[in-house]
Amino acid sequence: MDFALTDEQRMLEETLTRLVADRVSPEQRRTRLQAPSPGASSLWQTFAELGLLHMPFSEEAGGLGGDGTDLMIILQALGRGLVPEPYLFGLVLPGTLLALTGDDAQRARWLAPLLEGEHQLALGWQETAARYDAQAMTTQARQKEGQWHLSGRKDLVMNLGAAAVTLVTAKLESGKLGLFLVPVATPGVRSFTYQTMDEQPAGDLTLENVTLAQEHCLSEDVESALDETLAIGRAALCAQAIGAMESACDQTLAYLKERKQFGVPLATFQALQHRMVDMHLHLEQSRSMAILAATSLTLANDERDYKVAAAKAYCGESARFIAEQAIQLHGAMGMTNECHVAAYARHLIMFDHYLGDSDYHLEHVSDRLSAA
Amino acid sequence: MNLTFSPEEQAFRAEVCQFLADNLPEDIRERVRLGRHLRADDYLRWQTLLSEQGWLGANWPVEHGGPGWGPVQRHIFDEECAAAHAPTVVPFGVNMVAPVIMKFGTPEQQAYYLPRILDNRDWWCQGYSEPGAGSDLASLNTRAVRDGDHYVVNGQKTWTTLGQHANMLFCLVRTDPVAKKQAGISFLLIDMQTPGITVRPIVTLDGAHEVNEVFLDNVRVPVENRVGEEGQGWTCAKFLLTHERTGIAGLGHAKQALRHLKSLAGHVEHRGRPLLELPSFRQRVVKAELELMALEVTNLRVIAAARGGGAPGAESSLLKVRGSELRQELSELTRRALGPAAVAFFPDFLYRDEPLDAAYAERAAASAQYFNRRKLSIYGGANEIQKGIVAKTILGM
Repeated sequence: MDFALTDEQRMLEETLTRLVADRVSPEQRRTRLQAPSPGASSLWQTFAELGLLHMPFSEEAGGLGGDGTDLMIILQALGRGLVPEPYLFGLVLPGTLLALTGDDAQRARWLAPLLEGEHQLALGWQETAARYDAQAMTTQARQKEGQWHLSGRKDLVMNLGAAAVTLVTAKLESGKLGLFLVPVATPGVRSFTYQTMDEQPAGDLTLENVTLAQEHCLSEDVESALDETLAIGRAALCAQAIGAMESACDQTLAYLKERKQFGVPLATFQALQHRMVDMHLHLEQSRSMAILAATSLTLANDERDYKVAAAKAYCGESARFIAEQAIQLHGAMGMTNECHVAAYARHLIMFDHYLGDSDYHLEHVSDRLSAA
Repeated sequence: MNLTFSPEEQAFRAEVCQFLADNLPEDIRERVRLGRHLRADDYLRWQTLLSEQGWLGANWPVEHGGPGWGPVQRHIFDEECAAAHAPTVVPFGVNMVAPVIMKFGTPEQQAYYLPRILDNRDWWCQGYSEPGAGSDLASLNTRAVRDGDHYVVNGQKTWTTLGQHANMLFCLVRTDPVAKKQAGISFLLIDMQTPGITVRPIVTLDGAHEVNEVFLDNVRVPVENRVGEEGQGWTCAKFLLTHERTGIAGLGHAKQALRHLKSLAGHVEHRGRPLLELPSFRQRVVKAELELMALEVTNLRVIAAARGGGAPGAESSLLKVRGSELRQELSELTRRALGPAAVAFFPDFLYRDEPLDAAYAERAAASAQYFNRRKLSIYGGANEIQKGIVAKTILGM
């Protein structure tokens, strides 16, 4: 049992904390969000120079072999600054799945440039009609004369607009789930991009008899690799939410100490002190769950998925509590777009909608509730 | 980071389990399992076995006769004891007054009292709260006036747990009525046989006699029974309240309660199906499971920090708040799981030695324990006080 970070991990944490503080002030963040191409930021290049783009991938796949703790450190720091760069959705998720399924040629073509910061990717695994179920797909892929034909749709594809290629899941004739590389420019592909409520780039993808060459098929049975990828993504999302919860708590505490009403700081009122402590309790318990998720990624699949689901469900509910209290304790200021904490509240609420919400993950835990 | 116990720690766990399997008397185990009150002799039998094994002073340093365990071993020990239905060691001697005597006592006091605690010759109880001094403990009014080689103590203590069995009382008294309220307090060790001491039972809402009032009427206490300097009592009291509180979440008890709840709700039927399959009930069990998972990691984080030499400070307040809330929720769910069978009340079985038909005995304690567990968020500093501590010391409010 060990909660201490290694020297390298401490350095990573310090470097990132400094980087986020220097480069992602509220103003810088706003400017970045208005930039036309979110993929090609100078901060992304800095990530590349620091090795962050290599970190979450195995050495065998050309990465640095970072573990769940490394991932947690990175995402927590990014969450603290609400950094707009799509580290999770444009790199970790599609990159992990690509590394798990791609052959040498596919990795050389798509993974290597990803790690070098030359392009970004996206992962289309979700369909609105199936809510958060990764298996219940209507998108189909049929193989004919050495080519694949895809029809269907993928919704809420994060980072879609900036992705050089999107990894798309589709049901095969075998009933298994396949995985395909779909370049945006392919005939039959239509993309509708938008910003999420918490200011992230996303979009929906419509596929009408899209024809793909065999080399665009990554896997004809992706279920296990997708489960692993989503587990990593969920653990990472929890870590990111912890960072955002920390910042929301810090901002709220600072506001309570500074804002005066009735001639005294708000922080002197016991009702508000206890509310602030409740936020802190939610944060610390959620941090424990995020640690549990991050350290579970190497366990057997069932145990990993159980703990990750528990963490995601728990953090989702805590995030909502903290977001709502942060708005409430900021008073009317918390209702303004101007107020920095509002962006955190938006992310902490929407966080629950990414990669399965609390109800979805509670169901997973409930279905597998152990007898003892 | 990793959350797995080392091979040595796992071996230690196996050793504890083996000891419990070999030594915990079956009748005591059964009493704890059924939630019946233990007799004084039950506590003494168990604590004597622990003492002979060298495990009674679990958090004592080796030089005073402790096993030299770190916080991880103590955590494992507590967890396995709860899982095996072993009695909780009466904490007032071994875990409360002993550390104070070790830290502030004279060599004579240490030489006299510590061995007597370790071999169960003395049964200690606590004289802290008073009718007018609960959360505001420092406002206590029990007076100790110096008269030659003695203090003459007058006042009233309350919520004195298991004081009916005790022969020794550690007691906060006011020795200086003029000084600022914390500064005028001293820490006295009082023989319960001294003339002028009366113990009266308080029956709590679960029908149990666990706590007492202690009246002190011109009780003469030798000056040599004072621990620390005169006026240093508050320092001793504070030390005691922050000492080794890594176990304060009651994690082992919570785990055991959840196991019991799942087993119970897996057997009790609702419309011909296990109650555990009723969605509204199952959801609450799942939430409790998640809370327990989070609490366990939080507890291990605090333990790991303590292992590194850091004393758990305000973090133990977090453990106490969330741990007490969870255990209360589990006692609520256990009571609900029994449905109509939770209503009948058998105090003679629970608190005295009357027998009861096995079918009733299995469920007799659930509602009483629900009421008893309300104490968890009140004693040892009410949860509101704990939140005040966090607000002040962690958040700087």
